[in-house]
Amino acid sequence: MRYFFNRLGFLLISLWAAVTLNFVLPRLMPGNPAEIMFAKFQGRMLPQELHALELQFGFSNQPWPIQYFQYLGNMITGHFGLSFTYYPVPVATVIATSLPWTIGAVGFATLLSVIVGSFGGILIAWRRGGMLDRTLPIATMFFQAIPYNWSAFMLLFVFGFTLNWFPMYHSYGTNQTPGFNWPFLSSVLRHGVLPVATIFISGVSGWIIGMRNNMINTLGEDYVVFAEAKGVSARRLMFSYAARNALLPQVTGLAIALSSIVGGSILMEQVFSYPGIGFQLNTAVSNEDYPLIQGMFLIIALCVLIANFIVDMVYARLDPRVRTGGASS
Amino acid sequence: MTERKPVLEIEHLSVAYDSPRGPVQAVNDVSLAIYEEEIVGLVGESGSGKSTMAYAIMRLLKGVAYVTGGSIKINGKDVYGLSKQELRAFRWAEMAMVFQSAMSALNPVMTVEQQIADTIRSHQKNASSAEIRKRAEELLDLVRIDRKHLKSYPHQLSGGMKQRVVIAIAICLKPSLVIMDEPTTALDVVVQRSILDQIQEIQREVKFAILFISHDFSLVSELASRVAIMYAGRVVELAGSRRLRVAGEHHPYTEGLLRAIPRLTADDVVIEGIPGNPPNLVELPSGCAFHPRCAHATERCAVEEPRLQKTGQAEIACHLFQGREVPQHV
Repeated sequence: MRYFFNRLGFLLISLWAAVTLNFVLPRLMPGNPAEIMFAKFQGRMLPQELHALELQFGFSNQPWPIQYFQYLGNMITGHFGLSFTYYPVPVATVIATSLPWTIGAVGFATLLSVIVGSFGGILIAWRRGGMLDRTLPIATMFFQAIPYNWSAFMLLFVFGFTLNWFPMYHSYGTNQTPGFNWPFLSSVLRHGVLPVATIFISGVSGWIIGMRNNMINTLGEDYVVFAEAKGVSARRLMFSYAARNALLPQVTGLAIALSSIVGGSILMEQVFSYPGIGFQLNTAVSNEDYPLIQGMFLIIALCVLIANFIVDMVYARLDPRVRTGGASS
Repeated sequence: MTERKPVLEIEHLSVAYDSPRGPVQAVNDVSLAIYEEEIVGLVGESGSGKSTMAYAIMRLLKGVAYVTGGSIKINGKDVYGLSKQELRAFRWAEMAMVFQSAMSALNPVMTVEQQIADTIRSHQKNASSAEIRKRAEELLDLVRIDRKHLKSYPHQLSGGMKQRVVIAIAICLKPSLVIMDEPTTALDVVVQRSILDQIQEIQREVKFAILFISHDFSLVSELASRVAIMYAGRVVELAGSRRLRVAGEHHPYTEGLLRAIPRLTADDVVIEGIPGNPPNLVELPSGCAFHPRCAHATERCAVEEPRLQKTGQAEIACHLFQGREVPQHV
């Protein structure tokens, strides 16, 4: 329990730090979004209109501390300002419509690679030197070595364009009404196959090889030999003694991988025109959409911190040494 | 002593390791028997094949190590004649082992109770949770650990406690033989002493035979009734531990070991080592493996390998003693 509050405290402090940085950085830059918009209109905008825009974007000439507390209030209530690109749609709405796609597709693909990769690693380490052990790491390594935007193009070209098995763009068919109905859901699944496959084949190798090596190390540990000697069944030996301990470094790896789920999918989403957060971030950057960029960064930071908090909790479930804070010998 | 039933019978056991420079003979034609409720010590320097022998008895040799000859019987059953399934049931029920590195012999992510329960459940499929609980509590009482530690994880225990838990797991199924491979090496002297006392106490109470492996000569001769001394994969002397407390009429290597023990009561403490280095196991010296370091070596020693022979009350493998009767008054 103490551990839980410890981690929770850490989460809140890092969140606060991220939010504050997000407040300070834009204010250190010259100009403000309203001035950029003013410049865009090349003098066809009256100063009163500029002032109106500034008010709308939430800029004021009040002292920084007051601005800061207003800003904090806005953040807590989810007011991130208005997007330029989709003016006057609020940034929060843009994020709310794109975030689920990214978390769904990239998150699912990452979890799938972790689970499949770890199981594969356990299995090939258990049958070390076997057929699968000699082929699987090399085969998956081959795909990992390909830049993943390129494998995305290839998948799109072969399975989307040539064979026409899967749709080429977007996350669901344009003729579908989003909602909880089967045609829409099946369309989402079909659109998701190629993006998920891209991330899966470019990532699974690392998990397989990592798990295999961890497994081989733990299989040599005394407690595994001791358990074998005391008669524990092969299945239990493989999972409860060897894999259970070999999994711990994988969980740490997962924490790092999760941090790239939200931000690291820009290329994939670009290739598949997948309307996720990476796609929107790219749009925002090319349109100099400051409020949107700022909002995105905040959400990315938030997701990473929450994901790490969850992984910390999972790790504590798996490793009693973390939970009670004791040293291991 | 001879009418007692042998628990462990090793006959002409040889074990080799594959190495890039050729096979390494770690255990070479060793024969040894241990009788019911007897403690036998096995002493030798690092690399003399003690642990390899322990692993061979448990049929736990892996990878490049393999038995090249001989047989091992526990309670009359050939360990190497069992099928995989039979072996799993046989091991631990009849013979158990306390590992050299008992500190890391416990799974860090399972509680003490789970690890004891796993042992019982692996052998008695339909043991009830209550039975297992009761048995685990009894075991902890036996090794004098507070019952509350059933719920503890290994990292919450001290080194000595971990070692006791490992011993508890070893005797959990009441085996007739427990091999203890340097069970106290990683512990400090005080804890070492208390664990040894406990081993003796539990052994008297639960009644099982022990093969106690150590490089600590004085410790073994105190604990065991008979001691086998290994050199370069061979047993060079097998004698009652009482005899081993005094010098004279021993294998030259044993004499060397005895001279190396400091006597706290002596005024002039002169510790003599054995000159030379442990032998290279890939290219063993011809004849007696000890002859290059032996002060009494003759030409015969370099050519002919001495066999273990009854010499007085002991068995010694040395040409010095062969063909003559040893005076027994020593």
